[in-house]
Amino acid sequence: MNQWKNFSKGLFRENAVFVLFLGLCPTLGVTTSVINGVGMGLATTFVLLMSNIVVTLIKNFIPDKVRIPSFIVIIASFVTIVELLMQVYLPSLFDELGLFIPLIVVNCLVLGRAEAFASKNTFTSSVVDGLGMGLGFTMALFFLGGVREILGNGSFLGFKFIHGDGILLFILAPGAFIALGYLIMIMNKINKKTA
Amino acid sequence: MNYIIIIISAIFVNNIVLAKFLGICPFIGVSNRVETSIGMTGAVTFVMVIATIVTYLLQHYILIPFGISFMQTITFILVIAALVQMVEIMLKKVSPVLYQALGIFLPLITTNCAVLGVAILAVQNDYNLIESVVFSIANAIGFGMALLIFSGIREQLELVDVPEPMKGIPIAFIVAGLLAMAFMGFTGIV
Repeated sequence: MNQWKNFSKGLFRENAVFVLFLGLCPTLGVTTSVINGVGMGLATTFVLLMSNIVVTLIKNFIPDKVRIPSFIVIIASFVTIVELLMQVYLPSLFDELGLFIPLIVVNCLVLGRAEAFASKNTFTSSVVDGLGMGLGFTMALFFLGGVREILGNGSFLGFKFIHGDGILLFILAPGAFIALGYLIMIMNKINKKTA
Repeated sequence: MNYIIIIISAIFVNNIVLAKFLGICPFIGVSNRVETSIGMTGAVTFVMVIATIVTYLLQHYILIPFGISFMQTITFILVIAALVQMVEIMLKKVSPVLYQALGIFLPLITTNCAVLGVAILAVQNDYNLIESVVFSIANAIGFGMALLIFSGIREQLELVDVPEPMKGIPIAFIVAGLLAMAFMGFTGIV
């Protein structure tokens, strides 16, 4: 398989958030700012990459009937590792993301890739797929976080460029839904043009 | 009084879907028809309440006494996965009618973050056993209510002339945003 194609599908054609609609809970929940979004995206990418690697290495030893529980245990182990590492090295980000760190376990994207890709493909393909999908997810969170931070807070990456407050709605819950709705619409439009 | 605050807060003020963003996948995925969302709500309520009770007992009688609460995530997700499997087998035997009705929704619940989220939140908020049960029931009602309202709107939405690129998911998200805005009106009542 062409590895560049395999990598880039996660970014655009099969983008987890904009096209496949996987992993929407953290997408909406943590993107109040760019930093939070990218932090969450990278944490998910790490879990996705590691679980893809382990799943593809032991795929021949797992009996078919218990494969889903086995995948969940593998994923949960890496989530626990990320949880403990973040608690020590990035305590402020850990507090901001809060509940959504343990919830990486139930991110459909991670389990979906383990089941649909890593358990059927070679080591290299699985690594590339994990990286591509993870970075695509991070990119989506970056865009959504960017839109919400710029409109809601009048700042980007923490640098304020207007006086006073932005449109507070975009930081609050409804803004997340509305901003994501419009971003998916734009993505639809672009995909239709290139197709 | 305490219980009433937990109930109102979980259903209206901090609605699990519209304010806490948990369980978005089924919220978007199965909300096309009112009947399917009723089925989903039933299955989620069932698993959520049992999962919260079991994880509460595990947390307080095994994880904390043995000092291994860092194993929380792994333990909880395993409990939920096992529970879903068990519920599926039991329902098949005890009530085939209900099993038929819930059928496809049961396996989906394992990856519904609302179930794991409520179990973890109940522990984080230091609720006792009864409060945890009340909390999980209230959250299940909140989930069901949001899902039902949303599927009702989406059924109507199919008849509306929506701009081409907005059809389907994008307009659903914008409707969800408006719904979340309506729920924000409850802010401050508790």
